[in-house]
Amino acid sequence: MPEVAVSSPASRGLSDRLSDLLWSRQGLLILLLILPPALWLGIIYLGALFALLAQSFFSIDPFSGLINYEFTLRTYGELFRAANLDIIVRTVLMAGCVTIAAMIVGFPVAYYAARYARGKWKALFYLGVMLPLWSSYLVKVYSWKLILAKEGILSWLFETLHLSWLLDAYLLLPVVGGNSLSVSWTGTFLVFLYVWLPFMILPTQAALERVPPSMLEASGDLGARPGQTFRHVLLPLALPGIVAGSIFTFSLTLGDYIIPQIVGTSARMIGQAVYQFQGTAGNIPLAAAFAVVPILIMGVYLYIAKRMGAFNAL
Amino acid sequence: MHSDRASLGLKIAAAAGLLFMHLPILLIFVYAFTTEDKSYQWPPPGYTLKWFSVTWERPDVWEALSLSLRVAAISTVVALVLGTLCAAAVSRTRFFGREAISLLVILPIALPGIITGISLRSAFNLADIPFSFWTIVLGHATFCVVVVYNNAVARFRRTSGSLVEASMDLGANMFQTFRHVILPNIATALLAGGMLAFALSFDEVIVTTFTAGQQQTLPIWMLEELVRPRQRPVTNVVAMVVVLVTFLPILGAYYLTRGTEMVAGQGK
Repeated sequence: MPEVAVSSPASRGLSDRLSDLLWSRQGLLILLLILPPALWLGIIYLGALFALLAQSFFSIDPFSGLINYEFTLRTYGELFRAANLDIIVRTVLMAGCVTIAAMIVGFPVAYYAARYARGKWKALFYLGVMLPLWSSYLVKVYSWKLILAKEGILSWLFETLHLSWLLDAYLLLPVVGGNSLSVSWTGTFLVFLYVWLPFMILPTQAALERVPPSMLEASGDLGARPGQTFRHVLLPLALPGIVAGSIFTFSLTLGDYIIPQIVGTSARMIGQAVYQFQGTAGNIPLAAAFAVVPILIMGVYLYIAKRMGAFNAL
Repeated sequence: MHSDRASLGLKIAAAAGLLFMHLPILLIFVYAFTTEDKSYQWPPPGYTLKWFSVTWERPDVWEALSLSLRVAAISTVVALVLGTLCAAAVSRTRFFGREAISLLVILPIALPGIITGISLRSAFNLADIPFSFWTIVLGHATFCVVVVYNNAVARFRRTSGSLVEASMDLGANMFQTFRHVILPNIATALLAGGMLAFALSFDEVIVTTFTAGQQQTLPIWMLEELVRPRQRPVTNVVAMVVVLVTFLPILGAYYLTRGTEMVAGQGK
């Protein structure tokens, strides 16, 4: 290595000695390596999480609107008012629906990519999932505003196929319908499904790739019909990957406040409640208490996922 | 299930899934050229290039773009340094608290973004820190670390430890070993991680709304336009440009880590 030889002797002496010290004391080296990231994450991230937790135990003075910095559980009590419970139940239901739909839509893509795609097609499938995953979140939401708008492409498609009556009948349905798709729960659901789908496909595909094809063949040789092989062999083996994907779809839906704000009804979800309480309402304690709800739900969810072996599939 | 050929049903379902993921983005490209400026009418009544020049002359778009690029650049640098250090420590040895550290790195993206956002907001509020360029960077760098970390850790695992020992045996000190042995081995992984971190920061909106105050990054500008539209065609053009700009680092990261391990995407 000629470049090494030219470096100046003085600086080499110092760096050599420092190097010897670190090499002989591996613990010190590890400490030096880990200290900057641990400090950054520990102070900024964990510190902020504790600040959030602390705020949720404060309350807001109903007359002055100022934060009362005294320990109280009153703010958490407010979560159990009917209006706030509604928000929580609605959000969890939506997260559940989106997760189940993502499993159904994502599975064939993951299965085809894992088992049948080879060479060029494999790369195509990989990029075909990666590009939507990484492309701009807001642009993706925006594109659905274009699609679902009253004068947009979906209405046009129904009209061209002479099926407008079907769309109109669907919009008249309670709960899922509305004035147009862009202000209905169906719209919110479709956008959530679209935006989080790649997060389901990637871990599912990874789990399916680890299933040896010989097992499927053995199952068939032993007389199982394709449906039985799917239910008793393929699905149990892929389950950790699917559960891992569901962690993302569930958690991301739980905390999102932008999608229901842009496409959806006026009824709020947890994210919107947090955003409004900390912003316009200036009620940071209640916003903080609301933010603790998804943390708790995800805590339970992660515990169950861990029991099902999802972490080995990540 | 015996044959190595997929059934027709599976093929159709897989193709439909892929189309579902791609058609909406392609639609944006058509809308950027529409002559209609009041509604989202489909099919567009006509096509024009006018909105590109209109967008070019909008100072607010340029300011937002510039802020986004600066934030992404600095966050990426911070994330590269912290992510690499962390990956080096975690992949080389087992030490007390190792599991805790890897959990800590992943936590900012495992929890919903709004929690990171509201946490930082409460912390700034409690500590009386005013919003600035640096409050945005603090948030972004925190969740970008994991992307660099994931890429670097995978590469460190594949890089044999005996290479480092051989280098030291041949008389190189630690810094020389890092410069001439370790760095060339992990460079492409770092570049890929850095590109993805840049794309992640450039696009982030949920955490940013809590840490930006009155400042506008490009995603916040877009969010404003979505909630209160002023000139829809300009939004269409910006959306198209954002898609093109984020595709480049993703493709770049893919080619850099291709054939090694499929780790590039596990971060987000």
